[in-house]
Amino acid sequence: MSSLSRDDVAHLAGLARIELSNAELDRMVGELGVILESVAKVQQAPTEGVAPMSHPMPLTNVTRPDVVRPSLGAEAVLAGAPEAEQQRFSVPRILDED
Amino acid sequence: MSTATADAVMDYDEAMGKFDPVMGLEVHVELHTATKMFCGCPTEFGAEPNSQVCPVCLGLPGALPVVNEKAVESAIRIGLALNCEIAEWCRFARKNYFYPDMPKNFQTSQYDEPIAFEGHLDVELEDGTVYRVEIERAHMEEDTGKSLHIGGATGRIHGADHSLVDYNRAGIPLIEIVTKPMVGAGERAPEVAKAYVSALRDLLRALDVSDVKMEQGSMRCDANVSLRPRVGAPLDEAQLAVPLGTRTETKNVNSLRSVERAVRYEISRHAAILDGGGSILQETRHWHEDTGITTSGRVKSDAEDYRYFPEPDLVPVAPTRETVEALRGTLPEPPGLRRKRLQSDWGYSDLEMRDVVNAGAVELIEETVAAGASAGAAKKWWLGEPSRRANGEGQDIVTYAAGLGLTPAHIAELDGLVTAGRLNDSMARQVLDGVLAGEGTPTAVADARGLELVQDDGALEAAVDKVIEANPDVAAKIRDGKVAAAGALIGQVMKEMKGQADAGKARELILAKLQ
Repeated sequence: MSSLSRDDVAHLAGLARIELSNAELDRMVGELGVILESVAKVQQAPTEGVAPMSHPMPLTNVTRPDVVRPSLGAEAVLAGAPEAEQQRFSVPRILDED
Repeated sequence: MSTATADAVMDYDEAMGKFDPVMGLEVHVELHTATKMFCGCPTEFGAEPNSQVCPVCLGLPGALPVVNEKAVESAIRIGLALNCEIAEWCRFARKNYFYPDMPKNFQTSQYDEPIAFEGHLDVELEDGTVYRVEIERAHMEEDTGKSLHIGGATGRIHGADHSLVDYNRAGIPLIEIVTKPMVGAGERAPEVAKAYVSALRDLLRALDVSDVKMEQGSMRCDANVSLRPRVGAPLDEAQLAVPLGTRTETKNVNSLRSVERAVRYEISRHAAILDGGGSILQETRHWHEDTGITTSGRVKSDAEDYRYFPEPDLVPVAPTRETVEALRGTLPEPPGLRRKRLQSDWGYSDLEMRDVVNAGAVELIEETVAAGASAGAAKKWWLGEPSRRANGEGQDIVTYAAGLGLTPAHIAELDGLVTAGRLNDSMARQVLDGVLAGEGTPTAVADARGLELVQDDGALEAAVDKVIEANPDVAAKIRDGKVAAAGALIGQVMKEMKGQADAGKARELILAKLQ
């Protein structure tokens, strides 16, 4: 199950909006394959009767009251934006995806 | 790829003869909590761009989300009101996609563990027929930012050079309510769709969890439609056994009327394609309010691969059964039952009640009656001039009245002036005009305009005598028992009194003198 095809990598690159050349695709198939194999070693651990977990702490219902806290302020928010216009983040146009 | 050319459509009745429609509705509703789903940023509508944003909703590295307690309670209350099971344990999940409306590059949502599931909502159609909508699930998620497309025509994405994003809305708590396939509605499918969204809106309003303003986007509807061949009546077993056809999803249908129109249009469009031997492309469609058609959006494809996984930054939500039962105790009377109770309390006919409901005046009348007016008077005054003017302004009556400062107490006061005999009906109308013009309370307007029925019986009697004397033929008819003829005399008496008399009293006097 840990083998990754070239198509899989191309598909993932597309989802992640990463442009990969043919050479890079070939290289990533190999590199990601090694990573998957290494991680796959966990599958050898005896997990029978152990429920899957998604959080290391045995906690539930951690909430906060519905009370307003200060926001950053538009200036600070936009300080990290490569480009801003009309107090908004300026981003390249997106085609046919709305 | 999206073109504006209209597709072929089949006449609706013809389509219904050949096909059986199935719908699925997804409604997103923004909760009106004070803060966002996972951070303390305010949620106020219409604030300066990017002024209600913090490291959490901006997705800055290391920022940690914490769930809004009120939002979870609202989600559970919505689930209970929709007769759903409430999960004993559920998690949030990351829905991964790359689009600038979410700075985190994922939306925190729920995937296979919704907070509420397996419910239903009974929806009453205009003729009283009840259709049960089965609810698949209601889950918690967060809203996205708002994009402004620059350089294209009228802010649309096509032809735009670049987009400007405001993240004030990103992170506002959202509940997505998904129906099971709605089958068996037959030709009434569009009507059922509209009635469902309307009933859901009423329910959410009664729960006081959202502003449910479709025009402001706090309630949004996506309508899925598919057709299958007709083999019998909508509820025949053979018909229900026919496999579902391929569906399309029309996005952002944002008014009740549009829900009905969009479903109807898609049925006619699908029918034309299927009847011509074609097949339906599974895709999203854009609804065009102005032309009443849909156009192709995006085809379901790679972009639908959201690679959901459990959100590692949030712990599970596990409401205790005690909490759930306590919240069940806070549920309001279901809107349908409430209406029936009020109708019976007020003694309205079905038609009268429907007029009141359609005018959106149920609450106003309830408050007016509570302030002392009779139900009949409350209806008469609210559905009269204020309602006409609100319609003229394209506003709902509640918003319109609030804008003018016209309150249920005013209407009750006006009714009080009439029943106390100070004003007659036409004077009361003038007083209401004055109140609508901002001249003050009914009593103040009546005082300022000098509107008051003459209480001097001597003056009224003199006027009656004068009119009887001037109309001996009419008087003779009344003496002969033609009581209806009194109307002509009453009119003249009112004229003599310059409208400042009680018409009922004038009638009594005339009849007393001539019988």
